[in-house]
Amino acid sequence: MESTITLTSNTLLYFVALPLFSSALLLLLGRRADRWGHILATAVAGATFVLGLIELLAMVGRDEYSRAIHQKVFTWISVGSFQVDAALLLDQLSICFVLLITGVGTLIHIYSIAYMAEDPDRRRFFAYLNLFIAAMLLLVLGDSFLNLYVGWEGVGLASYLLIGFWNKKAEYATAAKKAFVANRVGDLGLSIAIMIAFAVFGTVTFKGIEEQAESASQAAMVAIGLMLLLAAAGKSAQFPLQSWLGDAMAGPTPVSALIHAATMVTAGVYLIVRSNFIFDNAPTAQFVVVLVGAITLIFGAIIGMAKDDIKKALAASTMSQIGYMVLAAGLGPIGYAFAIMHLLTHGFFKAGLFLGAGSVMHGMNDEVNMRRYGGLARYMPITTVTFGLGYLAIIGVPPFAGFYSKDKIIEAAFNLGGSKGIIFGSLTLLGAVITAFYMTRVFMMTFLGKKRWSDDAHPHESPFLMWGPMVLLAIGSIASGFLLYSGKRLEYWLKPVVDKHGHSHEEFLSHSTVTTLALSAVVIGVVIAIAKYRSEIPSTAPDKVSIFTKVARRDLLQDDFNEAVLMRPGQGLTKVLVATDEKVIDGGVRVVAGAALGSARGLRSIQSGYVRNYALLILLGVAVLIGAIWVITA
Amino acid sequence: MDISYYLYLSAILFTIGAVGVVIRRNAIVMFMCIELMLNAANLAFVTFARINGNLEGQMVAFFTMVVAACEVVVGLAIIVMIYRSRRSASVDDASLLRR
Repeated sequence: MESTITLTSNTLLYFVALPLFSSALLLLLGRRADRWGHILATAVAGATFVLGLIELLAMVGRDEYSRAIHQKVFTWISVGSFQVDAALLLDQLSICFVLLITGVGTLIHIYSIAYMAEDPDRRRFFAYLNLFIAAMLLLVLGDSFLNLYVGWEGVGLASYLLIGFWNKKAEYATAAKKAFVANRVGDLGLSIAIMIAFAVFGTVTFKGIEEQAESASQAAMVAIGLMLLLAAAGKSAQFPLQSWLGDAMAGPTPVSALIHAATMVTAGVYLIVRSNFIFDNAPTAQFVVVLVGAITLIFGAIIGMAKDDIKKALAASTMSQIGYMVLAAGLGPIGYAFAIMHLLTHGFFKAGLFLGAGSVMHGMNDEVNMRRYGGLARYMPITTVTFGLGYLAIIGVPPFAGFYSKDKIIEAAFNLGGSKGIIFGSLTLLGAVITAFYMTRVFMMTFLGKKRWSDDAHPHESPFLMWGPMVLLAIGSIASGFLLYSGKRLEYWLKPVVDKHGHSHEEFLSHSTVTTLALSAVVIGVVIAIAKYRSEIPSTAPDKVSIFTKVARRDLLQDDFNEAVLMRPGQGLTKVLVATDEKVIDGGVRVVAGAALGSARGLRSIQSGYVRNYALLILLGVAVLIGAIWVITA
Repeated sequence: MDISYYLYLSAILFTIGAVGVVIRRNAIVMFMCIELMLNAANLAFVTFARINGNLEGQMVAFFTMVVAACEVVVGLAIIVMIYRSRRSASVDDASLLRR
């Protein structure tokens, strides 16, 4: 293990401060900023991207072990042995995220200028977008779990505000609340993990924990790992906390693109990869990570097959793709780089797909039901091409981006070896088949076939501000995979962060075998989809479908499960507690009060108001007193 | 004559006064009964002073007279006011404090 040198810097703060300042400015100025708010927000997002590029160039210029830079902003907490600095760390891992967040984020900002042009609250929307970027950048730049936690909560807040942006509709506001609550469960995991980490290591910085990680007790490491996984599951919509993702489509489409590609759901993957020193020393937790990833990737893919809502189909696809990343991250040092690679390529093609979906909705009066689309390729050529490129990238057709990253994950899963390797490898292959199937379905139902829309829809191509970013993202979907993959560029780049010991692994299946398997999986999925959707598609969803389709349409009963197992008993518990409060606690108080009142009522009858009664009482009292004195003295 | 007869007389007077206060409703009569009780006490004080051969009892009797005089001033004023406002000197009518 070579020693790494961390340079100090004073420019990192701008990454967080700029968008945060712009967001605060737009929110505080209110309507006065309406005319130029979106321009400022977009310019700030662009500026952070340029800053990121400058840092990247500077980083490439330094040698492998002195690339990380660190900035202490101020001493945050100083209580006895508990010392926490508000400090930022930019290393090879963070820079990937910084560029993804700011790059894709900027494109989404530009797109939103046109997409939200009609909305009277566009300025507020952009303020929230900037807040989202700021929180996400703080999340990936924090040098300790506690700093990360601040960004983590900020992301939760920004997503809540954006998902519920059109909160005049009650169900949209409910969707935002659902996302927030599901995230809170994850946040609880993260805070518990931080507490355990502090109790065990006495510090919460990544560096401090990493130095002690190998000598720590196994139980503590597994506990921290599982709690971190819970946190990641909340943010990244992994099983069993995935139910919020589909409803989160209530927000404006650029928000979906931002949440699914550049921010939010990537945070969980970042957390796992960043905590590699914990998971590497806790194989049990690592196995659970793989398991969760595998379940989610199949889960999401199955839901994706059944959805007629284009955004919900894409959301299910995100769930599934993040499942791939989490699975890869759980594979240990051989997987981290592939998880990040898939995350980056996914950032491009998923953002492109969502922006494409937004462009379709923009031309179709905000219709989201794919059964009401059809034959749009003639009317929206640019959207069709960019969406198509994203589609080819996500199903993993060479030489598009998804091919390289997904292929490597499948290979790494097989290379786990033994029965585990075969099971998880087969699951990733199955996922690839289903992905190819449902994405082909989405593409065919939307752009190919006969038109199924009503006469009042007038599909048209979107303005330049919208298709410009889509084209750039499509280029990313083509090129990013090859650029990151060739010469194992990303693997070597990330090695000082995630694979310090230089692990080697034996190959279980050769690279060419895996590629053949993966490609045949894609072909199978595509062929089935073409065979099934080549014919006429009914414009309303058929009712007479198998039980499996019905279950898949209901998100595999996730909401029903949550309702039956968590919500109803929770409500029952609440009712019992309310009854206890009223009957036992309030009842006790009422009994005491009633006793006082009753005795007072009884005593009141003595107070007749007649002077003679009082006189008689005084007389009796004196007689008693004299009698008492007489008895005592006698 | 046995000096203790004075004490018996005092006790009888006090009892008549006390019973009068309790059973009569006319404020003036009650007032006179209270005076009777006070004077019964005075008689007892003076008698004890005589029995013990010192002046302390007589001194206290004077105190009692002063207090009784003050009480007459205040009490009669109240009774006159009540009579003026209600046209009645019955104490049972003046039971407003109860409410």
